[in-house]
Amino acid sequence: MTYADKYEMVCGVETHVEMATKTKIFCGCSTEFGGEQNTHVCPVCLGLPGVLPVLNREVVNLAIKAGLALNCEIADFSKFDRKNYYYPDLPKNYQTSQYDLPICKNGWLEISVDESKKRIGITRAHMEEDAGKLVHSGETITTSHSSGVDYNRTGVPLLEIVSEPDMRSIEEVLAYLEELVQIMEYAGISDCKMEQGSVRFDVNVSLRLKGRSKFGTRTETKNLNSFNSVRRCLEYELERQADILDEGGTIAQETRTWDEGKGMTLSLRSKEEAHDYRYFPEPDLVPLVIDRDWVEGIRAAMPELPSAKRLRLQSLGLSEYDAKVITSSKTMADYFDKALEKYHDAKTLANWVMGDLSGLLKANSCSFEDSPVTPVQLAGLLSLIQKGEISGKIGKTVIEEIYKTGKDSEIIVKEKGLIQISDEGALEKIMEEIISANPKSVADYQAGKENAIGFLVGQMMKATKGQANPGLVNKMLKERLSQ
Amino acid sequence: MEVFNKTIDDLHTLLVEKEISCTELTRGYLKHIRQSEEKVRAFLTVTEDMALAVAAKVDKKIANQESIGILEGLPTALKDNMCTEGIKTTCGSRILRNFVPPYNATVTEKLQEAGAVLLGKLNMDEFAMGSSTENSGFFPTANPWDVERVPGGSSGGSAASVAAGEVPFSLGSDTGGSIRQPAAFCGVVGLKPTYGAVSRYGLVAFASSLDQIGPITKTVRDNALVLNAIAGHDPKDTTSVPFHKPDYTQFLENDVQGLKIGIPKEFFGRGLQPEVEKVVRQAIVTLADLGAEIEECSLPHMEYAMPTYYIIAPAECSSNLARYDGVRYGYRAEAEDMIDMFKNTRAEGFGQEVKRRIMLGTYALSSGYYDAYYLKAQKVRTLIKQDFDQVFGKYDVLVSPTAPTPAYKIGEISDPLAIYMGDVYTIPVNLAGLPAISLPAGFVGGLPVGMQLIGKHFGEGILYRTAYAFEQNTGYHREVPAWIKEVG
Repeated sequence: MTYADKYEMVCGVETHVEMATKTKIFCGCSTEFGGEQNTHVCPVCLGLPGVLPVLNREVVNLAIKAGLALNCEIADFSKFDRKNYYYPDLPKNYQTSQYDLPICKNGWLEISVDESKKRIGITRAHMEEDAGKLVHSGETITTSHSSGVDYNRTGVPLLEIVSEPDMRSIEEVLAYLEELVQIMEYAGISDCKMEQGSVRFDVNVSLRLKGRSKFGTRTETKNLNSFNSVRRCLEYELERQADILDEGGTIAQETRTWDEGKGMTLSLRSKEEAHDYRYFPEPDLVPLVIDRDWVEGIRAAMPELPSAKRLRLQSLGLSEYDAKVITSSKTMADYFDKALEKYHDAKTLANWVMGDLSGLLKANSCSFEDSPVTPVQLAGLLSLIQKGEISGKIGKTVIEEIYKTGKDSEIIVKEKGLIQISDEGALEKIMEEIISANPKSVADYQAGKENAIGFLVGQMMKATKGQANPGLVNKMLKERLSQ
Repeated sequence: MEVFNKTIDDLHTLLVEKEISCTELTRGYLKHIRQSEEKVRAFLTVTEDMALAVAAKVDKKIANQESIGILEGLPTALKDNMCTEGIKTTCGSRILRNFVPPYNATVTEKLQEAGAVLLGKLNMDEFAMGSSTENSGFFPTANPWDVERVPGGSSGGSAASVAAGEVPFSLGSDTGGSIRQPAAFCGVVGLKPTYGAVSRYGLVAFASSLDQIGPITKTVRDNALVLNAIAGHDPKDTTSVPFHKPDYTQFLENDVQGLKIGIPKEFFGRGLQPEVEKVVRQAIVTLADLGAEIEECSLPHMEYAMPTYYIIAPAECSSNLARYDGVRYGYRAEAEDMIDMFKNTRAEGFGQEVKRRIMLGTYALSSGYYDAYYLKAQKVRTLIKQDFDQVFGKYDVLVSPTAPTPAYKIGEISDPLAIYMGDVYTIPVNLAGLPAISLPAGFVGGLPVGMQLIGKHFGEGILYRTAYAFEQNTGYHREVPAWIKEVG
């Protein structure tokens, strides 16, 4: 028995996305990941006495763009607020964030689970600064002899996107997260490098008896940094809550943390221990006034978003599934679109991109962005196949050669003598040899075993080292044997 | 050469005419500081070597027949809450007693660009919280007119140093009267500019929405000259305003004919010492004699200014001062764990008044109290601004006492509320973001009394015009404490 037999889950997610600006939100320091500790810092992001923040306009541009991509209302008047709490990774001991007047609100995105579509509401999205990173001498903060702080990340711009509690299954949650991350990537809001922690999730979840409308008491589990962690965390947390409810207990409203190693959530602080953040308007920054021209300018320059791209690919003949796979990563989709400019059979192209090329890249741990086979080269290869100059089978060899050598397919085909034999005269002699060498298969075919022809075609291909045009061979064999 | 009573123009002429070298001038002031400091104790840091190095450069320029700016080669000193690269900036607090900023405040840079010679950093109430400089984490500063009395505060060192002739001009900061009240107590001229006229970048924040840097000088003309050098929009401070900065000396006409002056009756009520009122009333008569039109007016919400200020300023300070936790810089207390380190650092590093205001502000912002305190205070602040907007529809300038009493004795007042009341006439001006100047208006029992002139937003010009006319027709600015002449 699982929780889902008796209960329905209710889930909302807060997502923190690091925005892809070159410089930090309130100073000119680099946002680049992985610099030597405390090298991307200045008096402003270190919060030295007397410094003042200056808002990076590019952060606002990206926040507006994100809001539009998530169908949000963009506020005419927005402001920053201080969220006050003490922690050594926070140099001012307050975070400059947005409280009651966020830049974006009331949006939605659409997910698709088991063929059915659903809108998930976006309550709000707001801008804020990231904190630094504690570096412990030991495993954890409690077991360490000492801890240092790396402030390189301090002041990297974040967009916090808060969903409505609209998700009712783990699948819906994952579909929401995948769609959200894709949108952020496509719109250029963030590079969404999960392994670098550029996207982090706080998951709010509760259970209620099926059929009830009133929400149960929720817990919030903070700082999950992969889809897999979210899935495992929810699986654990929902069972934990169900066990408590089954025993007639009550869920404590609390903040929890996910222990990746133990695979369980642990209580961090109760509602009573919750921070009083003492929000108040940031007096060091003037309010943000956003006029319609600003918003419309950004709307006009909005790139194609994943949902639109999927529809376009479907209209080109791709199945819904294939369209979803192709758009699942922006680099794959970009690659596909570039190849599509030179080679117009979308379905065949998709098969090669999802099949052979993906396989090659995966085997070499390479991304589509860095693929040694360029989109133009792939398009060239597929054109050769389409024109019948090489077979699809030879094509598989050629793509590996392109991958290895970087040469264009025409050159490889020429150098290796791989041009397809479509000359009936040349094939006829070989055909007669195969027929006389395989009397049993010939007899089988003539006795009505149609698939016996496949063996004969295979022999022909073998004899021509794969260069024979398989369609032509098939046709010739059929004609010859029905004589 | 006597340096204590020279104006900026006097000193500039001496340098240009090569009657004295910049190095000699600097040494002269440094000598005067050494002698005078035995009584006044205005300085927390004296930067003798750096000053002489700058002076030598100015001398080279003069020797090369290059022209020098009006402030070039002139000594100055800064309140110790303005960041100076490589020079300790303590904010008058034990918690920052060893803090050496790696960067300059914008005003520091501007004065450097103008060629001024920084002689040191000046004492103040800790983090600018106080009205007597008794809250300094190091030592109190004395009032040059009576060394048993306070110089006012929080820019007590800035006002006392100018009054004692230790520097011809200094900078102070004003959150609720911290330039004007010490200027009044010390018999000098202090301007709090319009909020946004001078960059706050590098000014260690007390209450961000109220803080403003301004000049403290002996004369009104000196004040305008210094404001010329420090005012203007700064891209590093988005609350600074891009405005057309005039040459403030253009307003220095000895003429107030037809000027409409309002006398807000709320600034002459209970608590105003009668002798002080008499001096200020007499000053108003002088202005009337010079041709100004005088009329009583009303700012009905002024009685709420004090409680409003004591919500907003502590609220902002509770957040602004959160960064002093011992992690990155400044004082760090020993402790078993992180939380205790935070607690001990702040318990040992901050003084009583700072702690009081942090607690007040933390409370006012707390969940469940925010609406009743902070939000309500912001609404009242708007009403106070509207009061001023209304009277400025009719008047060019408002006149009031700067403080209800002259300087009191060190240690005389221990009740914080009684001290807070000393800022009752200056606080409303900060809440409304207006410019105001305090200038010497007379004496009571040998102690200076200040008159406050309040102007419209960016109305510094008309304040200078009014103040200049008054100054030229009275001459209180020429008075100097007797002992200084002997030290001279």
